Amino acid sequence: MARVLGTSIKRREDPALITGRGKYTDDLKAAGMAHAAIVRSPYAHARIRGIDTSAAEALPGVLAVLTARDVAAAGIPGVVPVGWLLPDLKTPAHPMIAADTVRHVGDAVAVVVAEDRYVARDAAERVAVDYEPLDAVADVVAALEDGAPAVHEEAPGNVAFDWEIGEREPVDAAFASAAHTVELDLRNNRLIPHAIEPRAVLASYDSSTGEMTIHMTSQNPHVHRLLMTLASLGMPEHKVRIVAPEVGGGFGSKIHHYADEAIVGLCSMKLDRPVKWTATRTETNLTDAHGRDHSTRCALALDADGRITGLRVDTAAAMGAYLSTFAPAVPTYLYGTLMSGQYDIPAIHCHVTGVFTHTTPVDAYRGAGRPEATYVVERLMHLAGEATGLGPVEVRRRNFVSPDAFPYQTQVALAYDSGNYGPAMDRALEMIGYDDLRSQQASRRDNGGKQIGIGFSSYIEACGLAPSAVVGSLGAQAGQWESADVRVHPTASVTVYTGSSSHGQGHETTFSQIVADRLGVDPEAVEVIHGDTDLVQFGMGTYGSRSAAVGGSAIARSVDKIIEKGKKIAAHLLEASAEDLEYEDGSFRVAGSPDRSLALGDVALQAYLAHNYPDDLEPGLSATSFYDPANFTYPFGTHVCVVEVDTETGSIELLRYAAVDDVGNVINPMIVDGQLHGGLAQGIGQALWENAVYDESGQLVSGSLMDYAVPKIHNLIPFELDRTTTPCPHNPLGVKGVGEAGAIASPAAVVNAVVDALAPFGISHIDMPLTPEKVWRAVNS
Amino acid sequence: MYQAQFDYRRAGSVDEALSLLQENEDAKLMAGGHSLIPMMKLRLAQPPVVIDIGRLDELKGISEAGGSVRVGSLPTHAVIAASDGLAAHCPVLAEAAGHIGDAQVRNRGTIGGNIAHADPGSDIPPVLVLLGASVHLQSPSGTRSVAAGDFFQDLLMTDVGEDEILTHVDAPALGSGTGAAYLKFEHPASGYAVVGAAASVTVQNGRCTAAGLVVGGVSATPTAVDVSSLVGTDLSDDAIAAAASGLDAEDPIGDIFASGDYRVHVGKVYGKRALAAARDRA
Repeated sequence: MARVLGTSIKRREDPALITGRGKYTDDLKAAGMAHAAIVRSPYAHARIRGIDTSAAEALPGVLAVLTARDVAAAGIPGVVPVGWLLPDLKTPAHPMIAADTVRHVGDAVAVVVAEDRYVARDAAERVAVDYEPLDAVADVVAALEDGAPAVHEEAPGNVAFDWEIGEREPVDAAFASAAHTVELDLRNNRLIPHAIEPRAVLASYDSSTGEMTIHMTSQNPHVHRLLMTLASLGMPEHKVRIVAPEVGGGFGSKIHHYADEAIVGLCSMKLDRPVKWTATRTETNLTDAHGRDHSTRCALALDADGRITGLRVDTAAAMGAYLSTFAPAVPTYLYGTLMSGQYDIPAIHCHVTGVFTHTTPVDAYRGAGRPEATYVVERLMHLAGEATGLGPVEVRRRNFVSPDAFPYQTQVALAYDSGNYGPAMDRALEMIGYDDLRSQQASRRDNGGKQIGIGFSSYIEACGLAPSAVVGSLGAQAGQWESADVRVHPTASVTVYTGSSSHGQGHETTFSQIVADRLGVDPEAVEVIHGDTDLVQFGMGTYGSRSAAVGGSAIARSVDKIIEKGKKIAAHLLEASAEDLEYEDGSFRVAGSPDRSLALGDVALQAYLAHNYPDDLEPGLSATSFYDPANFTYPFGTHVCVVEVDTETGSIELLRYAAVDDVGNVINPMIVDGQLHGGLAQGIGQALWENAVYDESGQLVSGSLMDYAVPKIHNLIPFELDRTTTPCPHNPLGVKGVGEAGAIASPAAVVNAVVDALAPFGISHIDMPLTPEKVWRAVNS
Repeated sequence: MYQAQFDYRRAGSVDEALSLLQENEDAKLMAGGHSLIPMMKLRLAQPPVVIDIGRLDELKGISEAGGSVRVGSLPTHAVIAASDGLAAHCPVLAEAAGHIGDAQVRNRGTIGGNIAHADPGSDIPPVLVLLGASVHLQSPSGTRSVAAGDFFQDLLMTDVGEDEILTHVDAPALGSGTGAAYLKFEHPASGYAVVGAAASVTVQNGRCTAAGLVVGGVSATPTAVDVSSLVGTDLSDDAIAAAASGLDAEDPIGDIFASGDYRVHVGKVYGKRALAAARDRA
């Protein structure tokens, strides 16, 4: 049988999704279903003097209006928990419905349930909330200033945490003796995730059984169930079923447990009937956890040969008004630990202050900490290339971790298991025609007019947080393994139950390829089940580019267990010793006796009949694995962006974008390319267009798609992709992860390209997004 | 968002639409709905009655006669962009329509709805002002026409009366020796023009005999630039740049993407480029 691993078979998910037959949460209807609309604060910071619900309740069709009083009366915990604890982390309560104070525009203050969603919305407008507006602070730097309005009394100075990694003294010494130093003050702009499908919840409580079924937009149904059990609703875990039907994108925003899920659940319990809520686009912009929002001062020290001797980073990272589910981990263990990049850096110190602001909470968004780290390191490397005179290529090459240095222990906790950074850069240079581009650039510089710039980003990513014990020691309140239950049916078709639920990635296709390849069956004979806590025993979900490396490895382990058991059954039937059996192309064979073999189907049938069966073996042919990886995986690559800058208007045009990525072994090249395309769109979007802007009063002024620029197809160009392959040495598939690579690498590549184009104007930095006006002002200042 | 409750009436004729307008206070006319429906969903507009005029064939024509083109209020942007008649007689109008939104917007949005909404970043208004077009309105008491330059009164405000329907637009066809161009600096989020420059020049015997430049996006209404200095010149790049630099906006509009100052600057640059493109087509 031809190998199916590494082939671009088409996504089995797509026929339904692209013909409108996909069932998303908002497509679901339950008998007797009512509709919820959530009343949200129009103020960034205000005291609630009182809430008058009578006008809303009087509207025909309104079933209930609930406020914080009803949460208290329900006798449930009623708070939204944080799932990652740092030392001395301030964890002020996040009430699922604000009781006396609202802390960001969009904070929930009441919920209306009505017979239809229009009446619910009309009634929500009739809920009269008496607010006493208070001073607010939305900016991460302003929030740290003396006298800034306090977001929480429990967090003096608005500091949520103060965290550091690496050692300060060796870094100071490196700077004291450096031949070259470069430094930079930068902002990493706040982003809104913008999954095409807005968040939605359909909660169905049945008082006769005490069971609650919640269909929702979730990247990790079991994690949502656990958090609703431990906090918010406080329901018994075995009485809650979470189902994630088709989920239309998430980019991290559907990892987190939001107040809304608990609010809708409470409504269903109160009314004893199903209640549905679907966020409007306005609501998603105000309440989906945002990404990034850092203010950073950073500096790099180099010796006379251009070798890095020290890196110093100090970051203020916005948390927003409350700590979202994994928020404290993002600018710490997913950021500071990546500061070595692809480079052998002997001394690194990174200090991060987590800051409360009167804004939407900030949490993991595609890349989560790693794009921010890559941006710091790769912007500094660009400046180092200039300062040393080595240029962007040579300064990187000179500092790459040598291929014979792996496993490589960084100064910031991570140990890279494998890597070979030079070839990816060589290939990128070759693809882009680097020398030609430099001569074109030179002639443009001589002739004036539109200028060309070339920008590099040589990134490292850490995918698949692991192992659980280490992650737990760093503050995670969850394990980081993944489960897979693989069942071979009597007719030798296969069903896989995976804890890694999909929200658009194509898990059903790639996971079926893993099973098909390892078990020697047709991919069409493999069904993949995910996203339902009643069907899958437990799972950690899909985020952090973990599904192939962790979820896929769990499936591979289960398949291996099935083959081992099958050998025992086959050995019995063939009257041979199990040790003498080989498994290949879907058949068990006695080594050296090719005519003595049994197809998987023969063995599977006998496993269930158990008529002619080994005495010491249980019937059945299925296996469950809980795979806990030994380490993160470390994809890497070099991206090169070429831009043309119209210095008369400041407009930027993308000319070329070449990306050479090493994501280890590839299961489905088409899906890997698709993941890169999506990540690049979002990373380039961050660099050029996307920006969540708050005014001084804490109003989100880029709260709609009329103001917040998500990249459109005509803004982008065809991407030129290639790969090198350095398999992950510690998982059974040799895969690493690709979901976030594009978003991690590209912002620095784009900004470096623009800055490179503008070097003749003495410009060394412009903060993202590089809007034409900013570029024009920089050129003219 | 979900719009507030409203009644929907579909008019079978212009006359029926006019009487529905009279019968229903605060009613809104809807053609393609691409300006009205977003406003309703945000609840910025809450008309009690929406009168759908989108299917009135009598308002859908595009014709040319006697050196003038007539465009009904209901052709969609896609229809205008692809119109052979306009390509032959007034290509700059088709060019501007092709810049509006994306394919889905162009397939629904209409020229009448576009100019009646009068968004300052809209692509059509500066072209109509450049061309010296007239906008025709009908009410129960009769018909009247308004010069495009007078039609756009302020931000989202036009000369359409509460009892009136915009029926069609007349614009002079471009004569021989005349070139025109519309250049757009697009807002990356909304797709509206941050700046849209519409320019025309007429050349006879190598000399410019007439020139016009109107810039949208800079002010609440299209801003005409006095480029009469070009008349009599050979339309050199320097002369064009000097003329375009006359763009002046007393109270330029700005947003988080582009400030007023910057819009004026880009208006000059795009004005210059539009004039040069018009010259090359003349």
